[in-house]
Amino acid sequence: MSSTIDNNLITRPEQNLGRVISSITAPVSKVTTTKRLKRSYRHIRAENVFRRTLVIVGLATIVLVLGILLTLVVQSMLSIKASGLSYVWGHVWDPVRDIFGAYPFMLGTLLTSFLALIISIPFSFAVGVFLGEYHPQGWFSNLLKNTVELIAAVPSVIYGFWGLAVLVPIVRSFESKIGVDPVGLGIFTSSLILAIMIIPYAASLGRSMIQMVPSNLKEAAYSLGATRWEVIRSVVFPYTRSGLFAGVLLSLGRALGETMAVTMVIGNTSLIPKSIFSPGNTMASVIANEFTEADHPVYLSALIELGLVLFVVTVIINMIGKRLIKGFTN
Amino acid sequence: MESTIVKAINYNAYFGDNHVCKNVNIEIPRNTTIAVMGPSGCGKTTFLRGINRMHELIPNATAKGQIMLNNEDVMEMHPIFVRLKIGMVFQRPNPFPNLSIYDNVIAGYKLNGIKLPKAEKDKIVEESLTRVALWKEVKDSLTKKGSFLSGGQQQRLCIARAVAMEPEVLLFDEPTSALDPISTSTVEELFHELKKNYTLIIVTHNMQQAARVSDKTAFFYMGELVEYDDTKQMFTNPSDIRTQNYITGRFS
Repeated sequence: MSSTIDNNLITRPEQNLGRVISSITAPVSKVTTTKRLKRSYRHIRAENVFRRTLVIVGLATIVLVLGILLTLVVQSMLSIKASGLSYVWGHVWDPVRDIFGAYPFMLGTLLTSFLALIISIPFSFAVGVFLGEYHPQGWFSNLLKNTVELIAAVPSVIYGFWGLAVLVPIVRSFESKIGVDPVGLGIFTSSLILAIMIIPYAASLGRSMIQMVPSNLKEAAYSLGATRWEVIRSVVFPYTRSGLFAGVLLSLGRALGETMAVTMVIGNTSLIPKSIFSPGNTMASVIANEFTEADHPVYLSALIELGLVLFVVTVIINMIGKRLIKGFTN
Repeated sequence: MESTIVKAINYNAYFGDNHVCKNVNIEIPRNTTIAVMGPSGCGKTTFLRGINRMHELIPNATAKGQIMLNNEDVMEMHPIFVRLKIGMVFQRPNPFPNLSIYDNVIAGYKLNGIKLPKAEKDKIVEESLTRVALWKEVKDSLTKKGSFLSGGQQQRLCIARAVAMEPEVLLFDEPTSALDPISTSTVEELFHELKKNYTLIIVTHNMQQAARVSDKTAFFYMGELVEYDDTKQMFTNPSDIRTQNYITGRFS
């Protein structure tokens, strides 16, 4: 007898809810029990609807991203068939003659991104160490933290404007002093802009990683007579190494894909850059610059293939970064 | 050589506005074991961390008064030199997880950038580990990470790490509260050996431990040093009613 009730409870919970409730709260009038039953039944239905909505929205997000990837692949097929592997190492990009070698843009992307990383790492590490270890609290730390976060919030077109108005003249006069063509626009200027834009990523991740270093390890080092710098070098850095590296990777992912600001200051030429002061193009800036001019299908497809390369590279870099963070926090 | 090694004169410690150590005056003789006991929040750990100036590492923490080490005020000395002369062992064993057992023992030298010839390092490691009765257990696995050891072994490794710096005073902050009974008794036996070369100041929550290991006991209550006397005297015939209440278990 009791087992059938239990079975019913499991298979048809809604119908037995009244019984369950009345068995829990024994002396209730019949009216309240029915009221409660209705209310609970409604809640169970609402819960199911809510859960399904969440699942559907979540699935939609995944489908969207896969859809973007699929679109990129399908639309690039024309170019992949036309250019083949020469797309990757071809040095000439000439849409008029239908020659599409993306090597100058890949080189441009790598140069600007890594140069930007090198310039920004000292700043983001300094900010991370300062906020994570030296002064986690206080008005100056709050100001610094908020300012750094603001850097990520400013629209990139504003960095582009600022770069054109302020950085380009400075770089130009610097270039004429060291005796290279005083263009002002180019790889170096783009790297400077990018360096500023990516500081927040490594800095804020670095700060949270550094704050996670167990205080008993730091105290052990202090109790042995270590200075603050020695504690940071010998305890904090080794402990947070993979986390700090992940922050750098996430910055790199951001730098690779940054479009607007770079397009505005890089000089937009399809030639292979001769030095870091030459004008050039990145994969993203070519797409932004030439998409509206792409007047025949192969040209368009070649640009989309650039997008595909960029997509895959940034996804891989982000995945490695996330994996490292996960390994660190476990 | 004078017999008093550590002396606190009107020592006061604060966390912000919270007055945790109130006018502590104490004289600690050389080569003795002092137990510092008292209920939670009585300021005993804060006092201990004041001696090697670890207290001030906490934001908002301040201190007033004097702590004399061999008649020199540690508050006037650079904290780095203070901590080289006064070693510390913590509540939870905290060997550096990324270093081998060997490197953990000489971590103090590495951290301070002191370069030593290999033979001398080997000698320091062997001597320090022998002093904490760990040498026989780990001599074949010196290159393994310190975190592979058991809790009690880790704690002895941490004592070896402090001993390796040849300090004059060793501070222990509830050194056995995270250990099992067997490891606890191993560490307690160590105290008798270490006393020959160092002055030990041990904060403990455990009255039996204070009675077992110490020559003198200090009882803290509500930030005050209530009573400081020979351990035997204190546990058989305390002069203050609060000490009596504490050791008879009327509060804890």
